[in-house]
Amino acid sequence: MSTVTGADLERPASEPPTRRISLSRRIKDNVATVLVSLAFLIAVVPLVWVLVTVVSRGAPALFSADWWGTSLSGILPEEYEGGVYHAIYGTLIQALIATVIAVPIGILAAIYLVEYGRGALARTTSFMVDILAGVPSIVAALFVFAAFISILGAPQSAFMVSLALVLLMLPVVIRNTEEMLRLVPDRLRESAYALGIPKWKTILRIVLPTAFSGTVTGVMLAIARIMGETAPVLVLVGYSRAINYDPFQGNMASLPLLMYSELSNPEAAGQYRIWGAALTLIIIIMIFQVGASLLSRFSAIPK
Amino acid sequence: MAKRIDLKDVDIYYGAFHAVQNVNLTVIPRSVTAFIGPSGCGKSTVLRTLNRMHEEIAGARVEGEILLDGENIYDRGTDAVAVRRTIGMVFQMPNPFPTMSVRDNVVAGLKLQGVRDKKKLDEVCEASLRGANLWKEVKDRLDKPGGGLSGGQQQRLCIARAIAVQPDVLLMDEPCSALDPISTLAIEDLIADLKKEYTIVIVTHNMQQAARVSDQTGFFNLEATGKPGHLVEIDDTEKIFSNPTQQATEDYISGRFG
Amino acid sequence: MSERIEQRAPGSEGEEDPIVPSSSPVPESTPRRAPSSRRGESVFRFLASGSGVLVVAAIALIGLFLLIQAVPSLMANNANFFTSPEFSTGDANNLSFGIRDLFLVTVFSSVFALVLAMPVALGVALFLTNYAPKQLSRPFAYVVDLLAAVPSIIYGLWGILVLAPAIEPIARWLNTNLGWIFLFRTGNLPVLSGTIFTGGVVLAVMILPIITAVSREVFAQTPRFQIEAAKALGATRWEVIRMATLPYGRSGYIAGSMLGLGRALGETIAVLIVIRASTSPMTFSLFDGGYTFASLIASAASEFSQPLPTGAYISAGLVLFVLTFVVNALARVIAGGKVNG
Repeated sequence: MSTVTGADLERPASEPPTRRISLSRRIKDNVATVLVSLAFLIAVVPLVWVLVTVVSRGAPALFSADWWGTSLSGILPEEYEGGVYHAIYGTLIQALIATVIAVPIGILAAIYLVEYGRGALARTTSFMVDILAGVPSIVAALFVFAAFISILGAPQSAFMVSLALVLLMLPVVIRNTEEMLRLVPDRLRESAYALGIPKWKTILRIVLPTAFSGTVTGVMLAIARIMGETAPVLVLVGYSRAINYDPFQGNMASLPLLMYSELSNPEAAGQYRIWGAALTLIIIIMIFQVGASLLSRFSAIPK
Repeated sequence: MAKRIDLKDVDIYYGAFHAVQNVNLTVIPRSVTAFIGPSGCGKSTVLRTLNRMHEEIAGARVEGEILLDGENIYDRGTDAVAVRRTIGMVFQMPNPFPTMSVRDNVVAGLKLQGVRDKKKLDEVCEASLRGANLWKEVKDRLDKPGGGLSGGQQQRLCIARAIAVQPDVLLMDEPCSALDPISTLAIEDLIADLKKEYTIVIVTHNMQQAARVSDQTGFFNLEATGKPGHLVEIDDTEKIFSNPTQQATEDYISGRFG
Repeated sequence: MSERIEQRAPGSEGEEDPIVPSSSPVPESTPRRAPSSRRGESVFRFLASGSGVLVVAAIALIGLFLLIQAVPSLMANNANFFTSPEFSTGDANNLSFGIRDLFLVTVFSSVFALVLAMPVALGVALFLTNYAPKQLSRPFAYVVDLLAAVPSIIYGLWGILVLAPAIEPIARWLNTNLGWIFLFRTGNLPVLSGTIFTGGVVLAVMILPIITAVSREVFAQTPRFQIEAAKALGATRWEVIRMATLPYGRSGYIAGSMLGLGRALGETIAVLIVIRASTSPMTFSLFDGGYTFASLIASAASEFSQPLPTGAYISAGLVLFVLTFVVNALARVIAGGKVNG
């Protein structure tokens, strides 16, 4: 066989040992580098801009004496007084109730998908988790309104908000837990089965504890995500300027709802409260975010 | 155009780990040089330094000189991309671009260099595929994805892709280890043909293969795990396999360890 | 021997992995197992499967309940639901509402946001996977992820109070110099801030992190052998991206963009705050105002008392639900197995 290769085709008479890459290729490569780096800078600009805005405009409110310990009860729109503890309470209690409901369901659903699920039902479930993750918060709120308030006749309350938040939280919890469960090596499960431990006990005693810190990380991220949700509180609970401890009855404030209602306050004090509440909300969310990422540092599964 | 490579006092490091120690050897043009040795002895590492592919691993660095026809490929002014353009490589696992057709795979390198002339591309495509002994099998499906070929065909496709850019040297990193015996034979025949045009360096686990295809053979070894690998000796293949100078080489070849 | 294997083959081929160890509880065959343990197993199995079914049921119920609540209002509707631009529910006995303008404003603002966000997200994802120094890649990615942690109401406030005045000169310049293009002609608002243009920029910022996150993840999975194949041919960094990263990651990038689109379509509070209402129909200019599905529902939420008017808004919510369902389902199909979440 003869070797008629590309080598037989024309090539320059003399050449250096390593051939140069052409100018146009180098230009393209450099232009791409510049554009790609520029894209990253563009992405960082709004983040910094938003954070600087919120911190600079919100900080004065946070340093006032009443901010963390009083409500807005009896405070006139134009007064630079009062605080937001009623809204902080609302934000936290609504998130807490949602977490209490969503976490067990989410973890069980993840266990189903990883440990039990086979066939069409599992595929459908997995598909629907993705769909649920894309359901807009306003739709989740409308659903709770339609099912519980219109049809079942329940009153508007913080609990209704929590139900809508459950829907928004579930897919985040499920996906995170699922990922952690899949990281647990099969040999751990097999060694437990070999000892005659039933599957469900293996899951509860061996698989879940191994995936525990990762699961907690996912839950904290889910909480951080839902605490800023505004659409459900707009639809499902009335605003109150005073504290209401009862999540099942009456109006209740939350930080987003307070911000939204102060938006219609024409006085300068309204702006003061809006940005103060915004900064408060960001700080609370950051606590969960940072907590989650600290936890994930320690969540490595032994290989 | 086939070029000669000289390694002078080459040491290779991965971060703090000293991977290969003090290698001196010469790769002769238009011949096949085989690197053999036990796992972890650094033979693949040395091969990957010849076209600076080892730079893909963070913390990797090379001391000493690697000269391509007298020019150090690690000179400050020399671009790794230009080096790889000159020194082609075939990998252990066949790695055609899965979304590209057979034809586009073969001419991928030429297109990078800005060759747009369809006639020329088709010519090179056919010549390279003939050169890789693959033309007859794929000439009717040049537009099908390269990922649809069998393992042996994919590997020959990768060889065609490597020779289509007319490299000065062809590096082969255990090119047959993922293939069946018949495909292996086809590739070995191909290597024998290619050495008329190219300088070839091949790393292989298979001593019979080294004996069959190469003109000179270098034996790499390491004293213990964690110690750097080194070149024990390099000589004519015939001599290495019949009458090696070093006891270690003889032990390895006769299967007394490794 | 070979005959038996052949006989078994057709049956065992269609069903998926009957031999995966975890799918068949090993202790099942142990004769001395306590009955309580077996009950525990079935209870636990029931709870887990039930939770899975609950997720499926939740989606079905959302569709069902929205439909139940929407139908009476749709029956009482005097206008054509799909083609009417007006949405008047003030008189419960004379409902006349249609979603034409809601649909147009929703899609128009979301697509504009997508057009702005997609190239930037592609650049950021490539920067994080192929350009950023290895030690900085993770912190940089975290910074971009933080964009997703900012609540949308804060984006809304920032958008209308800070961003809108800042980009108004750009809007004015576009309107003055490129006003002959329909996108930039004067819209149905008397001003150039608080428009779909402003809202689209805010939405683009909000969907940037999700497109980036999905693309980044898929780009990072590009098989090493494909990258090496390109490098061994002497490809520059950009050419490696063109030959290996982009062909492998294209579907993930598109899927991520679809997820971003879904997010933009359903975004409520930021849009409600940023984009001004308008009394006249939209004119396909970026300087129009108006309501999206989500912002209209939120704006009327405090007046959900009478069933028929409320049902009109719920019917708009149903359309939004279907719209996001389709977009998200498409995203998943496009992504294949490459994207999780």
